[in-house]
Amino acid sequence: MEERVRVFSYIILAVFALFILRLWDLQVVKGRWYREISERNRLRSIAIPAQRGIIYDRNHVPLVDNEPSFDIAIIREDFSDDPERLSLLAGLLDLSPEEIEKRLKDGTGSPLSPVKIKQDVSFKEVAMIEARRMDLPGLVVEVVPRRNYIYGRLASHVIGYLGYMTPRQLRDPAYNDVPVTAFVGHYGIEKTYDSLLRGKAGRRIVEVDATGRVVRIVGIQRPVKGRDITLTLDIDVQREAEEGLRGRAGAVVVLAPETGEVLAMASAPSFDPNLFARGISYRDWRRLINDPRRPLLNRAIQGVYPPGSTFKIIGALAALEEGVIDSATEFTCRGAIEMGGRSFRCWKEKGHGRISLYRAITESCDVYFYEIGKRLGIERIAEYARMFGLGEPSGIELDGERRGIVPSMEWKLKNLHERWYGGETLNTVIGQGYLSATPLQMARMVSAVINGGRLYRVHLLRDRPIELERTIEIDPGSESFLKRALIGVVEDSNGTGRKAHSGWVRIGGKTGTAQVVKKGQRGVRSKRNRDHAWFVAFAPEDEPEVAVSVFVEHGGQGGTAAAPIARDVIEAYFRADGSGLRADKEVMERSL
Amino acid sequence: MIDRRLLKNFDWGIPFVALFISLIGVATIYSATRPVFDIPQQDFYLRQLYWIAIGMLAFIFTISIDYRHLVRFAYILFLIGVILLFAVLFIGKRGMGAQRWIVLGPFSFQPSEFFKILFIVALSRYLSRMDRSRPLGLREIIRMLTLFVLIPFILIIRQPDLGTAIILLLLFSCMVMMAGVRRRIAITGIIIGLVSLPFIGSIMWENLKDYQRQRLIAFVEPEADPHGVGYHINQSKITIGSGGFTGKGYLKGTQGPLRFLPERHTDFIFAIFAEEWGFSGCIVLFLLYLFLITKGIDTVKKARDASGAFIVLGVTIAFSFYFIINVGMTLGMVPVVGIPMPLFSYGGTAMLSNFIALGIIENVRMRRSFMYY
Repeated sequence: MEERVRVFSYIILAVFALFILRLWDLQVVKGRWYREISERNRLRSIAIPAQRGIIYDRNHVPLVDNEPSFDIAIIREDFSDDPERLSLLAGLLDLSPEEIEKRLKDGTGSPLSPVKIKQDVSFKEVAMIEARRMDLPGLVVEVVPRRNYIYGRLASHVIGYLGYMTPRQLRDPAYNDVPVTAFVGHYGIEKTYDSLLRGKAGRRIVEVDATGRVVRIVGIQRPVKGRDITLTLDIDVQREAEEGLRGRAGAVVVLAPETGEVLAMASAPSFDPNLFARGISYRDWRRLINDPRRPLLNRAIQGVYPPGSTFKIIGALAALEEGVIDSATEFTCRGAIEMGGRSFRCWKEKGHGRISLYRAITESCDVYFYEIGKRLGIERIAEYARMFGLGEPSGIELDGERRGIVPSMEWKLKNLHERWYGGETLNTVIGQGYLSATPLQMARMVSAVINGGRLYRVHLLRDRPIELERTIEIDPGSESFLKRALIGVVEDSNGTGRKAHSGWVRIGGKTGTAQVVKKGQRGVRSKRNRDHAWFVAFAPEDEPEVAVSVFVEHGGQGGTAAAPIARDVIEAYFRADGSGLRADKEVMERSL
Repeated sequence: MIDRRLLKNFDWGIPFVALFISLIGVATIYSATRPVFDIPQQDFYLRQLYWIAIGMLAFIFTISIDYRHLVRFAYILFLIGVILLFAVLFIGKRGMGAQRWIVLGPFSFQPSEFFKILFIVALSRYLSRMDRSRPLGLREIIRMLTLFVLIPFILIIRQPDLGTAIILLLLFSCMVMMAGVRRRIAITGIIIGLVSLPFIGSIMWENLKDYQRQRLIAFVEPEADPHGVGYHINQSKITIGSGGFTGKGYLKGTQGPLRFLPERHTDFIFAIFAEEWGFSGCIVLFLLYLFLITKGIDTVKKARDASGAFIVLGVTIAFSFYFIINVGMTLGMVPVVGIPMPLFSYGGTAMLSNFIALGIIENVRMRRSFMYY
C-alpha cells in the first residue's frame, strides 16, 4: 500500500504541474490577448455622431444645416419579441409587426447594439412611446442630428446628398475614422468636401454588464463638428435659374467671368436631398433611378449636347483672329450653299441676302458661317474650341464631369476610323455634327471671350483660390466687335435673342438651336424630336459680371425657350440690391 | 474526551490552512458578487462566513469522536445515507433543473454531499477487514460494487447529480486499486474502461439531461457557439487569462460583477480568483491545497490501523478529485460537470462536508502515536 500511495502522490503532483503549465499558457503567454477580450466584454464604444458642417451660399445664407431627429431603436438582448409587445410597438410606430420583426432580424452586430426600427419619428410619437416605456424594455429613443436641406430641391445637384458608406468607402482608408453607421456624402459638394464637412465622430466609452446594461460611463470623447463651408452660389440667382427651368429638362449655369466662381448651377428635373437625409427607402430610390427624365443627372456638367449656333461665337472669333475675314467682310446668303454635291441650308430658307459678320451673328446666318468654315478648315476651328475650354473638364469640384467632343480629322480617324469630309466642317462651325459640350463648358467659353481671353478654373467653394488656366491672346478689336455683335443679338430688332432684352441691364448673348434629328426626318413632330434650345449670355456690356448658359432639352428655338430664362437669371443677379447694377464688392476686388 | 496525548499530536496546519483557504474564498465571493450600478450586493459572502463557522464547529466535533467508533457504526450510517438519497427523490426540493435538496426547517442540505463520507467509511471498513495479503479478485470487486456503489449511483444519477455520481465511481475505483488489485484485473479493468467508454458514453448520452449534453458539446468545441453552450468555458478562459501574471488586483476584476462569467461565485470561483490575483496568486493558492493533500497522504502512511488509513485515503482522494475536476473544468481541460471547488466555492453543505472530511484526517492523524506502543 505504501508504494501505491506514493504513486498516488506522484499523480497528484503531475496534475498540479499540468495545471500550472495551463495557467502559464492562459495568463502569461496569452494574457494580453485575454485581457483585451475581457475589456471588449465590458467596454462598449458608442459613436456620438458629429454635426456636419453647415453649407452657406456666397452671402452667408444657410442652404444646408442639421436638425435633431428622433430615432427609435431596440436592443435585441433586452427586447424579447413576444407578440403582444410587438403589436403594441407596431401600433405606436404605425408599422406592421412583421416589419419590426424583419428589421430586428436584419440588424447586424451584437445583440447588445441597438437596431434602428424607425427613423425620424415625430415628437408626438416619442411622447406616446415614452408613456409606455415600462412595457417596452430594450427600447431606445436616440436623438441624432439629421441633415436638413432648407430649400429642398434647390441646387440639389450641386449640394448632393448623403448615404450610408458604400462597400468601397468602407475599405477606403480616408473613411477610417467614420463610424459604420454614419452618413457620408455620396454626391455633389456633400461628397467632394465630405472630409471637411463630416467632422470627427466622438465616442462614449461605457461599461456594460453581461445583459448590455450601461453600468457607468468610463469616458467621453466629444465629437468635433464638421467645418462650415461657403459656396460661390447665390441663392437668388440659383432660385431664378431653377424657376426658369420649371417643368422642363435642362440646365442653367451662371459664372463670374473674372473669377471662375459658379454663381448658379441648376439642372432640371431635380430631386429632394431630404429624401436621402433619413436614409432613402428602396422604393424612392428605384423611382429616382428609373425615372426616364433622369433627375439624378446633373445636366450642367454630365449632359453633353451639340451647342448649335452658340458655337458661332468661336467660329467668328477664330475667323477674325486667323484673318480669313475681317469684320467688314460680306457674303451673300441664298438660303443654302453647295458642297461636295450636298446642299447646306441656312435656317432662313429665303436667305439673308448680302450680309455682314455683325448681322450674321445677330441673325445667326448659317451660310455666312459655312463660308467661314470653308476658309478656316476643321483643324483651326477645333483649335479655337479647345482653347476656350471645350473638350476639357472645367475643373469644377463635382464628380462625373464630362468632356464633350471637339471633332477634328485626327479625332474622327481614331474614333470612327474614317477620314474627315469637308461637309462635316460646315456642320461643326454651326455647332452641329459631332461637336458636343456641357452647359458649363459653354458658360466658361463665354466668360473667356468677354473677359479678354482669361480662362479660369471653375469652382464652387468660396475659399478656393482663383486659378487661371490660361490666357488666350485675342485682338482687342475682335473682342469689342464680338461683344457689340452679341449685344446686337439681344438689342437689334432682327436679333435672334430679342427675348433676352432687359429693361434695366444690357445683355449680350447668342442663341442656339441644336438639331436632335437630321433634317430629312423632321416630319415626325414629337417632343422627343424637338430641337434643344440654347442661349449663352453675359451682362453688363462693360466689365461683365455674369456669364450665363441656358440649355433647354427639346425646348425648341433658343431665342424663344432659352433666352428669356437667361434674362430672368441675369436680372435676378442685378436685382439683389435693387439698384440696377450691383457692385458686388468681392467680385470686383477679386477681379483686380 | 480529548486527552493531552491527542493534543500533542494535533496538527494545527490542517485547520489553519483550511480556514485560510476558505477565507480567501469568502473574499473572492465578495468580489465576484460585489454590486455594480444599482444591483444590491447579495449576501453570499456573509452566508459563506456563517457556514465556515459551522464548518469549524463540525471540524471540532469530528475530531472529538474517535474514528473507530465511526468505523463500528459504518454500515448503519451507510444505510441511513442511502435512505436519505431515496428520500431526496421524493421530498427533495428542485433547484436549477435538479432535485438535490432536502429542506429541514430553515436549513436545506444535499444528502449526496454527506453520503460520500459515509460511503468512504463503509468501504474502508469493508476493505480493512479483508485479507490483504493477496490482491483482490474479480469476485470481491463485483461484490463490493453491488453492495456499495450500484444503488447510490443510480439514486444520485436520478437527481440528477452527474458530478457526484462520477466522483463516487472514481472514488470506488481508486480506493479498490489502492487496496491492491490483481495486476491482470487492474490492467483489463482499465482497458475495458477505456474501450467501453464510447458505449457507456452513448448510453449515458441517451440518459443525459439537455443541459448536461450541451456541456459536453461545449467542452469538445467551445468556440463553435460562443454565445451558446460554449459560453461558460470561453468566458472562464477569458477571465483567467485576463489576470496575467500579477492579476488585475483585488476588487478590480470585471468578469464576475458584470456577470460575464456565469456561476461566478460557485463553480467558476477559481476563475475570479485567477483574474484578480494572476498567475502568482494561483501558485500560492495551489500550494495551500497541495499542503492539505500532502497532509492527507502523510496521514495515510501514519494511520494506526488499516481502517483509519483507508478512510483518510478515501477522503484525500475525494478532496483531490474535487479540486482537480473543478480547477480542470475552469481551465477548460475537463468538461463542465458542476463540481464545486472544495473550501472555496459558495455552498454550505459542501463547506460542511469538507470540514468534516478534514476533521476525519485530523482525527486519524491525532490518534497515530497509539500505533507505536
